[in-house]
Amino acid sequence: MNIQLTRKQKKWLGRIVLGAIGFVVLEILEHTGAFDGGRWWLGLLCALVPYLIVGWDVIRKSIRNILHGDVFDENFLMMAATFGAFGIGEYPEAVAVMLLYQIGELFQNYATGRSRDSISQLMSLVPETAIVERDSRTEEVDPDEVEVGEIIIVRPGEKIPLDGEVVEGESLIDTSALTGESVPRAARAGDSVISGCVNGKGTLKIRTSRCYEDSTVSKILELVENATDKKTHVENFVTRFARVYTPIVTVSALIIAVAPPLVLGGGGQTWIDWIRRACIFLVVSCPCALVISVPLGFFGGIGAASRTGVLVKGSNFLESLAYVKTVVFDKTGTLTKGEFRVTAIHPADHPVAQPAAQPAIQPAEQALLEIAAYAEMYSTHPVAESIRTAYEESLQDPEGAVTGGSSLDASRLGKTEEIAGHGVAAEVDGRQVLAGNKKLMRKYGIDVPEEEYAGTVVYVACDGAYAGAIVISDTLKEGVPEAVSSLRSAGVRRTVMLTGDNEPAANQIAREAGVDQVHAQLLPADKVEIVEKLIKEQTGKDTLAFVGDGINDAPVLMRSDVGIAMGLIGSDAAIEAADIVLMDDDVRKIAKTVQIARKTMGIIHVNIIFAIAVKILILILSVLGYANMWIAIFGDVGVLILCILNAMRLLRPQDS
Amino acid sequence: MKKKYKLDEVDCANCALKLENAISEINGVSNVKVNYMMQKLTLEADDAVFDAVEKEALAVCKRMEPDMDVTAL
Repeated sequence: MNIQLTRKQKKWLGRIVLGAIGFVVLEILEHTGAFDGGRWWLGLLCALVPYLIVGWDVIRKSIRNILHGDVFDENFLMMAATFGAFGIGEYPEAVAVMLLYQIGELFQNYATGRSRDSISQLMSLVPETAIVERDSRTEEVDPDEVEVGEIIIVRPGEKIPLDGEVVEGESLIDTSALTGESVPRAARAGDSVISGCVNGKGTLKIRTSRCYEDSTVSKILELVENATDKKTHVENFVTRFARVYTPIVTVSALIIAVAPPLVLGGGGQTWIDWIRRACIFLVVSCPCALVISVPLGFFGGIGAASRTGVLVKGSNFLESLAYVKTVVFDKTGTLTKGEFRVTAIHPADHPVAQPAAQPAIQPAEQALLEIAAYAEMYSTHPVAESIRTAYEESLQDPEGAVTGGSSLDASRLGKTEEIAGHGVAAEVDGRQVLAGNKKLMRKYGIDVPEEEYAGTVVYVACDGAYAGAIVISDTLKEGVPEAVSSLRSAGVRRTVMLTGDNEPAANQIAREAGVDQVHAQLLPADKVEIVEKLIKEQTGKDTLAFVGDGINDAPVLMRSDVGIAMGLIGSDAAIEAADIVLMDDDVRKIAKTVQIARKTMGIIHVNIIFAIAVKILILILSVLGYANMWIAIFGDVGVLILCILNAMRLLRPQDS
Repeated sequence: MKKKYKLDEVDCANCALKLENAISEINGVSNVKVNYMMQKLTLEADDAVFDAVEKEALAVCKRMEPDMDVTAL
């Protein structure tokens, strides 16, 4: 681990080292009997030097706070405990308590600084300067000063400071800081690029489309920084606990110091004994370990999620996600690509369905596709485009090289007529070809099979005879089945798909994706209703997450416990509406984020239980007289350091 | 109105918590958050009383953490 301390921390450490040396000297002197025979004042003197070196600021703060009427503060507790130790003649213990308290504080300070750094590093996207072109000269300015519409120049290897559109140049840009995706994407004139990406080998000239404050990078940074502002259930619990814990323990300490000797009677030794027990109470009364565990844990979890390209907008959403039992997906754009492709070709004389994905396309299918592609040659309908694409792809040999050159020969096409809402009627190679829906076929008196296909069907007829059907449907996104099954192994009990599509198409996609339930033919308002019903079916702490593309699913995203949106690298709509944004639209990252959420909650819970249990155990032991000051120091500083180390585990790069 | 301040620096998580509790007790504060991790204070209060609230909140900061610098963001 690479340790870097700030100046303040170095000074702090210096005092601790000096104090530790003083402590060792004190111990040696005590064991060699230097303070024996009435020379206790020498011992006190030797103890006070390191004590004051290490703890002067604690005492100063404590006195100041008492003057302000704020008694229950850990500075006071440390002062009281150590004064008590001095009072009963346990000088080394007094020095050690202060020394270790300071070590714990320094460690806490260092640990939070480090995790803060790791967040900004991962967001080390923030560019320091921008090179802007003004009056045909270039100037290096603060990104803040660049206005919308100005031209900025990004040299190879530099970060893109503001969102904009490339006007000149060509390069590969590294989006990994935003998406966790390591494959760079190409950017050339006309492409939009977003701030925070790192430019590759080419120089880019970019016309800015947003000012720095609105640019993706500042927005994301702000989101992540403020994410820990949202109150979580655990945090509320800890806050309430801390509020009662310290006063109760302090008052108990007072009672323990005074009451038993008064009641039991006895001489000076009884007093010393009970004061010692009271001091132990004071040492373990600081709830710091407990209080730091929550923000540090969430910070780490949110940081770990950001590193994989998932933006979590608040600790509370990470908390909810840890208890997710139902995941509802929107279909188009989330599970599917939202682009239509020919998925099956059914020539009339080949009744057996042949999936288009088969390596070699059958001659009969090829022929059907060909006449359909020609008939649809001039149509701009998405369905027509997908048929033409499929035809062109079918001309490529398995190695992918185009053998047919420019594939559609306009001279083969005669008169064409587009019949709105039906399809096209065209003359191909002198034959009358019809391509369209059932209505078109009925209009021309052609019988079509009754079979229902999953998707949009284009029926084709040639010279008045039915020739076959081409099925076009949306295709599953890469990794979707994997994403659904890994959600299941991450503990999600139910996966549901919602769509406006017809049943066969919906069922087909649902089967391929592996989701448990499908609700098809929904209007946008129905989606909210179904999600509400599903939320009502939940029990206890269980939560429901909705995954949508963020653009038109805003009401459902808001209504669900956790709204997850596709970010399309930083699209505003998604960042606004959702609680969690997948920056690169990869649904596989949902399961990963659920795991991070579970791990975060696990670590936080372990820390809370551990800290409370150890402290209560030490309190009990000390009343019974079994605990000494060293155990108490462990109960305070040891527990604090262990909790911090445990929470810091989240910041370590995840092994996938 | 909502305003943010950078704190330099709150020493411990519990100190941040106590500072937050103390500020939240000021009359007129609608929301306050002391983010120990980011060393940031977010103060929300009604526009009409914001200046007075801000003044009092800064006074609380001064009282509880005299060595801490508070700068508006």
